[in-house]
Amino acid sequence: MNQPLIELNHISKYFGKTMVLDDLNLSVKENEFITLLGPSGCGKTTTLRIIGGFEKPTEGTVFFEGQDITNLPANKRNLNTVFQKYALFTHMSIAENIAFGLKIKNKPKSYIDDKIKYALKLVNLDGFEKRSVSSLSGGQQQRIAIARAIVNEPKLLLLDEPLGALDLKLRQDMQYELIRLKNELGITFIYVTHDQEEALTMSDTIVVMNQGYIQQMGTPEDIYNEPENAFVADFIGDSNIIDGIMLEDKLVEILGVKFPCVDTGFGRNKPVDVVIRPEDVDLLEPGKGRLEGVVTHIIFKGVHYEMEVNAGGFEWLVHSTDCHPVGSKVSISVEPFDIQIMNKPESEDEEAIGVDE
Amino acid sequence: MNRKFLSFPYLIWMAGFTLIPLLLIFYYGLTDRAGGFTLDNVKAISSPECIQALLRSLKLSCISTVICLILAYPLAMILKHSKSRNSFIVFIFILPMWMNFLLRTMAWQVLLDKNGVINNILSFIGLPSLNMINTTSAIVFGMVYNFLPFMVLPMYNVLSKISDDTIEAAHDLGANAFQTFIKVILPLSVPGIVSGITMVFVPALTTFVISDILGGGMILLIGNVIEQEFTFSNNWNLGSGLSLVLMIFIIISMIMIAIFDKDGEGTVF
Repeated sequence: MNQPLIELNHISKYFGKTMVLDDLNLSVKENEFITLLGPSGCGKTTTLRIIGGFEKPTEGTVFFEGQDITNLPANKRNLNTVFQKYALFTHMSIAENIAFGLKIKNKPKSYIDDKIKYALKLVNLDGFEKRSVSSLSGGQQQRIAIARAIVNEPKLLLLDEPLGALDLKLRQDMQYELIRLKNELGITFIYVTHDQEEALTMSDTIVVMNQGYIQQMGTPEDIYNEPENAFVADFIGDSNIIDGIMLEDKLVEILGVKFPCVDTGFGRNKPVDVVIRPEDVDLLEPGKGRLEGVVTHIIFKGVHYEMEVNAGGFEWLVHSTDCHPVGSKVSISVEPFDIQIMNKPESEDEEAIGVDE
Repeated sequence: MNRKFLSFPYLIWMAGFTLIPLLLIFYYGLTDRAGGFTLDNVKAISSPECIQALLRSLKLSCISTVICLILAYPLAMILKHSKSRNSFIVFIFILPMWMNFLLRTMAWQVLLDKNGVINNILSFIGLPSLNMINTTSAIVFGMVYNFLPFMVLPMYNVLSKISDDTIEAAHDLGANAFQTFIKVILPLSVPGIVSGITMVFVPALTTFVISDILGGGMILLIGNVIEQEFTFSNNWNLGSGLSLVLMIFIIISMIMIAIFDKDGEGTVF
């Protein structure tokens, strides 16, 4: 029973002459938490709006449970959206807001009342029925927006940066809340965000997008540990992205120094992008590593120190729990399996070319 | 530092041009020519002439307000949706407001006159001429023409504040275009509607210029009656007394705004 719940088939979207999405293919399984992640303008929100029925794709087809819904208006789709700015109806009480969809569907009053109670309990706001929208905080309003959407028992919930307007602490709480909700409800969530940490925390699957193309799709671990190109590596967390030459299988030259790695199949003497996460750079006593350098900058970040090390003519970003003061000499070493080798994009265009699953 | 002194010129302004005149109206309205206290000036509203003029004023201003409402709401909706050019359309719409009110009304007198522009055109194309000037319809027309922008602007103001998200949320929850309008857009625009209604109704109720120019002085509104007390009869006491009665309607309007437009959303000026 792994029929896709929603399927985007060769979707393109142009606003006038501006290309927003180009030949996008995406398939979402039932009961999945999938996150569309990317910088602003990457097409993630447009993708969500096409699924929600607020935009029509210029080309391509949207399938929902196998049925073509490309031209179905938003009010006829069996899915609901949680908007970034909550979009609550300010002229109604909380209960009326939640009841809105059910009243449109002419559900009996007792059913609606039960549903309101259930939904408020689910978002931890019992007893808020009579309150007005303006008396709630941002976090509470967003919970009501979620409650208003889920009482309709959609198969699919679309969330458009729902935590974007909340402060950090609240955002973290709401992330756990959303995971819990998704597990309790057993419905599919498609979540849009530009916050990579949010994506990594909540998702079953992350779709990294840029310039209208899917860059990579995979589990959070895959995306973080095995980025497929420099954009993904750079966007998901901090990275050192260095020009290198793949000398042979399992040996790469970076900044004139040979590093053993685990990647194979790139051929001989091929220019590549080398990605090394800052926490994977080991700082050793001078002379004990592969590359000598000097610490030029250090910031205490709480859990770790963030340092910049000038070595081999490159500013290395290093995260370490050890403190090396500015000016101290260090030696850089990297474990072979912490080195990610990626093909260089052949042209500017290819930098953004999508990787279909 | 105490900055209260900065408000001093405004306090003088308010006292000189609002408070003192208001007190004078109360004084004149509640006294007779000799200066003794009397309610006769206020009671004079119940004379057949005044009652008739007041009822006529109420009727015509109600009709004008309803017509403005019917014209303005769709227009405000169109303005809301015509995103990029909307400032230009708004500009076109309020352009007549920058011209002198009296001139605009007199222009319509020329247009509607028996031997005026419209009748000339009608006879030129062989149609019978119409009797337009000096009718209640001409007065209603003048009111609608002059006060329509006051209805459009507060409506446009509240409608443009309804976010696309809110409307999309209604669609998302299953409401079609009509249900969205009835359940979301209309209730959210109530402050603008109330504001617009009062901004048209109050000046229409108290006008005497429009009825003077387009009614030819034959159709007396309550504003004309009061004006005549001040100018022709030189009876300031009676004029003030009748003004006090009219003020009741203005106060009712203010209360309406206070109830329906708590956040001041509908106010534009």
